[in-house]
Order: sequence, then C-alpha cells, then structure tokens
Amino acid sequence: MLAVVGTVPDPNFPLTVGRVDMVENRLTIDGKHVLVNRGTPALLGAMVNTLKVLGPTDITGFIAGDIELGHGSSKLYQYLIENGPQIDFNTIVFHYLQPDVDWHNRIMFMLDDLEKKPVLIADAGFMYAAKMSGQAQAYDLFTPDVGELSFLADETAPHPFYTRGFILHDDNSVPDLISRAYLHGNAAKNLLVKGAIDSIADKSGIVFSVDSPVAEAMEAMGGTGDTITGIVTALAGTGMQILKAAKIAAKVNRLAGFFAKPTPATQVGEIIQHIPQALENVLKESYVQ
Amino acid sequence: MNTKLPLQRTNDVRGILFKLKLFKEKKQDNLSRAELGILVFENTSEVIAAQRILLANDWEIRVMGPPPEIQSGCDLVIEFPLIQELNILRLLEKAGIPPIETVPVTDPLLQPVDLFHIKDFGRFLMIRAANMKITVEKRTQLIVNVSGGGCPDVPYLAFKLVGKTMAQAPNPLDIGHTLCGYALGLAFKEMQKKCLQW
Repeated sequence: MLAVVGTVPDPNFPLTVGRVDMVENRLTIDGKHVLVNRGTPALLGAMVNTLKVLGPTDITGFIAGDIELGHGSSKLYQYLIENGPQIDFNTIVFHYLQPDVDWHNRIMFMLDDLEKKPVLIADAGFMYAAKMSGQAQAYDLFTPDVGELSFLADETAPHPFYTRGFILHDDNSVPDLISRAYLHGNAAKNLLVKGAIDSIADKSGIVFSVDSPVAEAMEAMGGTGDTITGIVTALAGTGMQILKAAKIAAKVNRLAGFFAKPTPATQVGEIIQHIPQALENVLKESYVQ
Repeated sequence: MNTKLPLQRTNDVRGILFKLKLFKEKKQDNLSRAELGILVFENTSEVIAAQRILLANDWEIRVMGPPPEIQSGCDLVIEFPLIQELNILRLLEKAGIPPIETVPVTDPLLQPVDLFHIKDFGRFLMIRAANMKITVEKRTQLIVNVSGGGCPDVPYLAFKLVGKTMAQAPNPLDIGHTLCGYALGLAFKEMQKKCLQW
C-alpha cells in the first residue's frame, strides 16, 4: 500500500481512511471531498497526477481534519498504532501532522514491529518530530526546504522556530548544512532539499543538483514543497530507487512550475495541473531513464 | 501611635510599589538565571493568550523555548521574574489560563528566531520568519500567498489570510495555535511595519 498520513484544514473532516482520487481540483477520499490547496491536499493532488502517467497505483489516504491543537493528528496517530500491524504498507509519507515526539516514537515502535519495513518518507510537522526524536536515520527520505535544512543542521533546535541565527544565516551553504545535519544524525538516509537549486543528498554529500528551469516566484507560493514531496513519494511507491525518484521529482516540479508561468500570487493548483505533462517530458530525457 | 500607623503603612505600600516599579523596569536581560522561572502551558495557544495578558499588565516576560526535559515538539514557555510568581499566577488564574507547571530556570533557554528574510519581487514583497513566509502585493497590500511551515494549522491560517488585505486579515497570533502559527504572526507583524512605509 502507498499510504499518505496527513491532515486537512477542516475541523469537521473526520478521521478517514480510503482510496484517494481527484476530479479536476477536488480530491475524493472515501466519498468525502477536499479542495486541492497547500498542505497535504497539494501533496495528494501531485501524487494522483504523477500516477496518471506512471500507471495505476492506488493511494490510500489516512486523513483527518486538524486546524488547531493537534486533535486530528492524535486521532491519526492512535488509528495507526492500533491498525498499522494489520496493514501491508509499501511506502508511507508522513506530512502535515502535529509534531509530537511521544506520538512519533509510538508510531516508530509500530513500524519496527512490521515484518517488512516500508519506505519511509517524512516532511513538514512529522519530519520535525522525527528529527527531534533522534530517529531521523530510520527514514529513507526527508524533503526539507533550505530553512528546514538549517533546523536539521542545528542539533539543539526542537522546531525550526528555534534554529539558531548563525546556522539560519544566508551565508551558510547548503552542502555545509547537509554535512552538519548528517554529523549529528539529524538527516534521513536521503535528503531532497528544495530551494533555488534543489539538492539531492545522502551521507556522502550532494549526489545530484537540479537548477533548471527556474520559476523564481515558486518560492513565495504555498504548496510547491508539498507537490515535490508528493511526486517523489508517488515515484518511490512504484519501486523506483529513492535518489533517482528525488532527481526526477525535482525536475518535474520545476518544469510544472515553469509551464504554469507563475507569479508570487499563483496558487499551487495551477502547478499540479501541469505535472503529467512535465513528468512525460522528464521521463523522455534519456539520462534519467 | 494611631497617627503614625497609617503613615508607616503608606510608606510600606509605597516601598513595595517602588520595588515593584523598579523590578518591572529591570529588564529581563539583566536578571540572573536564578531569578527567573518559566510558566509551562498545555499548548501554544494558551502561551500566546497568557503572553497577551501579562504584557497588557506591564509584566516583563519573554516567550522562549522550553528546556530539553520538557520539550514535546511544538512548544513555547513564558520566562518570568520568579519573585513575582504569586502575582502572575493570580492574574493568569483570574483570566482562566493557569499554567500547568512553574519551573525555575536552570539552563539557558532556547531563543525564538528573530531574523527576518525579505525578498522583493518588484510588485510583491515576501517576508520569512523561521520557516514561515507571507507574500503581499505592495500596491493593494493584498496577501497573495502564505507558505512554509509544517504544523497542521498552517493550511488553515493560509485559508484565512490569502485573498485579504493586511488590514482585513486576522492576525495569525490571534488564530494560530502552533509554533508555525507563531512564526507566521511574527512575519505578519513585520509586514505590517513595511505596509506603513508604502
């Protein structure tokens, strides 16, 4: 099972587990609808459109409404701890969830007990909790932006909000931050660092850099980091090796952004529409086949 | 005797008030760690509400990161002068937000981020605080995008802010509940300052 665990910004959206589909700009999960916008809905939209090109692979969403105190996240954590051992996970991405180390560790205990360990990807709030728990190395991929990479590189920070200024400073180069994150055991086995130049790295350093095409306005747009995480998760869910999937995802996200001709006011749904075309183009390039 | 007593009491009260005034004027930075405590709350929303009440009552307090032994992942604490513990607790209890714990400060606390990154796109301006970004169209002061963050209230905050002018939009500090919401509030405050210059 290709699984997505995350939240939607609707307090009335109940804990829902089911197959995810998308019609135009609207996601459907177990008969319930969510508008595609930033956050986990953007990640899901990007996954659906990626898999439209790659062939039929079902996405199972574990979704709850959560806008404030983490109540929806807690329901999801509880559900996974109780039901996870009976589920045949292949790839899991953990996304917009209330970062809480205690819940994180209970989820990890559940995953550790599975007969076959799934590919584990974390972004957003769950990545924060994964780093703070000291178990970052248990994950196959983190997808931080440069600010979040600074947080991973700061061994004392429990949340990006507390990243120390000398680490957060623009003068620090991405390779240095990556090294520091691995030095303190706060990076996953692989990193996809989203930024002006996307960097794909492992503990040896940067393996691939992707810097074109450029759509500078994407930095200001909410959800463009979520789409890249969605694309790489969908690719990994088909069995593709993580570093290759990350490289393709970085190129596809940039190309989809380029096709959308964005301004800082563009909304992420416009980029998601261009993912199938961008993926087809990238897959045609022989060097990433 | 009877004539002196009220005077003495008045002097005592004046003395206490003077000390209190002195204390309130003594900046938190000048207090030694042994003179400081932290107020621990159930969640970040309560911290923000308590901060508002304490600042409105002129208490010298600071929002800080919790010490490692009580970190859960998305928390803030309020650093306060220990000598005023009872007064502060009384005020917070009256307001209906008593802390769950009061702890003396023993080690340096984490400082919240105080660096703002500003990017000018010409027609638009983006401000980043920690992991949160807000982008505004300069001419209309319309909030066109909110990005970054990882806590679950971020998409909700974006929904509430995007498409509104800075004047119309709710302050993220009033409706946010997490550290990401708090960081967005700081970026929002910085953007308000910029808007005054346009």
